[in-house]
Amino acid sequence: MFEIISTFVAAFLTLSIFSFLYKDNPFYKFAEALLVGVSMGYAIPLVYENVFLPYVYTPIFLSHKFIIIIPALLGSLYMFRFSKNLGWLARYPIVFGMAIVGMSVPMSIHSSVLVQMRSAMLPIDGINTALIFIGTVTILLYFFFSKAHKGIYGKVTNVGIWFMMIGFGASFGYTVMARVSLLIGRIQFLLGDWLGLVR
Amino acid sequence: MKRQIPLIIIMTLGFMFVAHSFIPHKISVDFFDWFQDWAKAISPFAVSLGIMSLFMVHGTKIKRKVPNWQYSVITLAGLIFTAFAGFAWGTQSGTPYMWLFENVQMPMSATMFSLLAFYIASAAYKAFRARSAEATVLLVAAVVVMLGQVPLGAMISKWIPETSTWILNVPNLAAKRAIMIGVGLGITATSLKILLGIERTYLGGGD
Repeated sequence: MFEIISTFVAAFLTLSIFSFLYKDNPFYKFAEALLVGVSMGYAIPLVYENVFLPYVYTPIFLSHKFIIIIPALLGSLYMFRFSKNLGWLARYPIVFGMAIVGMSVPMSIHSSVLVQMRSAMLPIDGINTALIFIGTVTILLYFFFSKAHKGIYGKVTNVGIWFMMIGFGASFGYTVMARVSLLIGRIQFLLGDWLGLVR
Repeated sequence: MKRQIPLIIIMTLGFMFVAHSFIPHKISVDFFDWFQDWAKAISPFAVSLGIMSLFMVHGTKIKRKVPNWQYSVITLAGLIFTAFAGFAWGTQSGTPYMWLFENVQMPMSATMFSLLAFYIASAAYKAFRARSAEATVLLVAAVVVMLGQVPLGAMISKWIPETSTWILNVPNLAAKRAIMIGVGLGITATSLKILLGIERTYLGGGD
């Protein structure tokens, strides 16, 4: 019985969201508002269990690492973000989080630039490797805006646009298929788990 | 000073982390471990900012009885009840908290994303009605990749799955690689702007 009620609740909420395909209506608004609240409510105990307990409570109260009280107090300064007079105090926990961008300078240069460039500089031993090389270089040239895209340079950058269009098309196709697979999952739930029409 | 001190902190710590990547000395490693402990201890409090923001936005709507304020009550009730369920009965399988996840949150978020299948298709129709050669290339690539992922593609022609794989492995790879290099340079430039105090929007407004 409990399982039937659970399936009914899930089916009702699924149909409420699908009702938006007809037009905006109170059922959709109800489901949307509930989704926002439940998603946020779901995150709170998870953060408490997986972050607050191991990194704040346990070090201070069980391991007696009292130095952790300082970052805990720093973190609590977030609360002042909405204060008109003391809002500047919230900048301290923010800068502690933002300082990690120092790590991203060498990391992004390494993983996104150097590794990709190394992969692009393989020996050209066939038509495909030649196409990959030409595509990479022409797209990079397209994003070089210090020179007007005219004449021969314009034609070269135009080749880059074609490569990008194929890449965007592939990404789009993949995204559509992922969404369609979710849609199939929901329809299987409605027709199978809820109505029992398909197995 | 309310802006300068945070900027000095971020510049000092940021450049220390840049140096840490190139000087893996014990002092540097110990400093980084210390920072990580502190950053992890600070991070859970950021959630309080999200909760406060949500309560302020929806609390104001309820207080002022703006149109559709009743939905704000549902949002806040959902938040309070789910969080309470997690704290009161735990987050293990079989608890009310997990029931809410499995029968409320998960079906709704999956349906919400599946709705995009309809809207992405109509947006695509409006956007790529093959008005130009480039739009046609995009459309053809998308259709071939989509058909290549399903049995229907192979039923139409054995070339469709092969072409789909070729598109993904050759022109798509070139595009992704060039974009990745651009993204990497963009991240580096933005990070340096933050470290040098040129980019300050994260500090918020005020003095």
